[in-house]
Amino acid sequence: MSPITLPRSLLIAAVLLLALFPVLGATFYIQLGAKIMIMAIFALSLDLLVGHTGLVSLGHAAYFGLAAYALAMISPRYEAANLWLTLPAAMAAAALAALVIGFLVVRTAGIYFIMVTLAFAQMLYSLFHDTKLGGGSDGIYIQVRPELTLWGFKPLDLENPTQFYYFVLIMLIAVYIILNHVLHAPLGRALAGIRANEQRMRSIGFPVFAYKLGAFVLAGALAGLAGYLAACQFGFVNPDILAWHQSGIVLMMVILGGMGRLHGPVLGAFAYVLIQEFLSAPALLGPYAKHWQLAMGGLIVMIVLVLPHGIGGFIDIALRRYSYRRIQANGAAES
Amino acid sequence: MSDALLQARGLSKSFGGLAAVDNLSLEVRVGELHAVIGPNGAGKTTLINLLSGELPASSGDIIFGGNDISGLAPEKRARLGMGRSYQKTNIFLGFSALENCRLAAQSREPRPLNWLRNALSYESVMGQARRALDAVGLAHRASEAALALSHGEQRQLEIAMCLATEPRLLLLDEPLAGMGMEESLKMVQLIGRLGENHAILLVEHDMDAVFQLARVLTVMVDGKILASGTPEEIRANRNVQAAYLGSDNELR
Repeated sequence: MSPITLPRSLLIAAVLLLALFPVLGATFYIQLGAKIMIMAIFALSLDLLVGHTGLVSLGHAAYFGLAAYALAMISPRYEAANLWLTLPAAMAAAALAALVIGFLVVRTAGIYFIMVTLAFAQMLYSLFHDTKLGGGSDGIYIQVRPELTLWGFKPLDLENPTQFYYFVLIMLIAVYIILNHVLHAPLGRALAGIRANEQRMRSIGFPVFAYKLGAFVLAGALAGLAGYLAACQFGFVNPDILAWHQSGIVLMMVILGGMGRLHGPVLGAFAYVLIQEFLSAPALLGPYAKHWQLAMGGLIVMIVLVLPHGIGGFIDIALRRYSYRRIQANGAAES
Repeated sequence: MSDALLQARGLSKSFGGLAAVDNLSLEVRVGELHAVIGPNGAGKTTLINLLSGELPASSGDIIFGGNDISGLAPEKRARLGMGRSYQKTNIFLGFSALENCRLAAQSREPRPLNWLRNALSYESVMGQARRALDAVGLAHRASEAALALSHGEQRQLEIAMCLATEPRLLLLDEPLAGMGMEESLKMVQLIGRLGENHAILLVEHDMDAVFQLARVLTVMVDGKILASGTPEEIRANRNVQAAYLGSDNELR
């Protein structure tokens, strides 16, 4: 019934682990960690639709990619853009696109919703791929990363991989906390009601369309945050960033991690990227590494079969069993 | 014209060639329990779906509280003060009994709600939900999952959800369906109490309950009104006896 989250102690442990990681890791792994956390934000935003509202979108990369393009296109060529201006602008662009597209697609349901979200995302892909906009199919470089300067004070230097990592970590924690609040607030409860029984929601008086559209826009804006960070990290944006692959990958992360629970998409992002890194490493698997997608597909099918509620769902069940046993053990000790 | 809260005028609905509801007119007044009876397939549930807005009418007008609501979506009708229950229990099975009612009450919160504030911290909404549960006698089951309630309790919960929206009109579609003796008795008492300060349109097969509760009875056959009047008039009506009640005279 209430949105499922992990116990606070586990969340704090996870944050500490992530915060301490750069002390141990080499630059490559720090960058990999930042990349995973960016994908985790993206997956969290998608799960607001898929897991919490019951809207399976296969075009979520559109908002991720639009924000990335927004940063690339408004950044000055040879100097740093101001993050305090460009981040809200990029998120607003993604949210606006989600508002316009959402207004049309949220009327549909089920398989039609999947198809039209995909169709709109592919239209945006073609727009960037086939026109000169944003450098066409070659894409566009961001020469200098945005600056976090505020009245002459610069808390973090995003050019530095470790500091960028911490910035992304802070963003991930913020998104997690905000979504946790939203899901417990009346808006989130209404979305859960829509997911559970849309007809009933309407007959008790909820304007279901407006709620779904609201969720779509919020999810678009948060995907925009992730896309902005991705563009920051790679310093390069091309049309692939909003292609349907990207939408598919993030949906896979959500399913792998377990939808409808906040820790699910985060775990899914970690699992997906790490499995991919492992399977595609020639140092580990030699010539087989070239065919990583084959192994990846098989592995995902296996995981979904064995863990129907994803990795997050598996952890939830394990935790419930553990606390149940503890209660039983305490009961036995008392009697 | 009249003090009717709900008026249907010339309401029709056809599915393909079949006229499920055929040029039907009726009124429901405040404090008046209006029961609609009729054999299976008479169009009673279709009538409720037309009134609640879940089906668009093929023709005819629906006036609610003086406004023409014929073209309004179900959620808009609900917000004007219509509450409905379904023939087949329709609740949020995965949520607690209280959460079912809290959601219903939340739908009436006029202020734009804070994005980040916990839904359980809105005292007025929680109070309304608790009162609704209390009114149907489910207060002691508040934290139980709806799934874990008995069939009778689930039906009571559905009525509590309607009440949590503080409706003026209740459309009840066979609230006694599938209930045992004791549960039925409780439900009849509950509907009787609700009838004192709500307008109620009741579709029901349980004749004992209908004749006990209703002030006005409408008999529907094949989408049309066969007869309408007080329970005494309906009992005495020869057409009704012949067409619907059969020769057993179970109403006597």
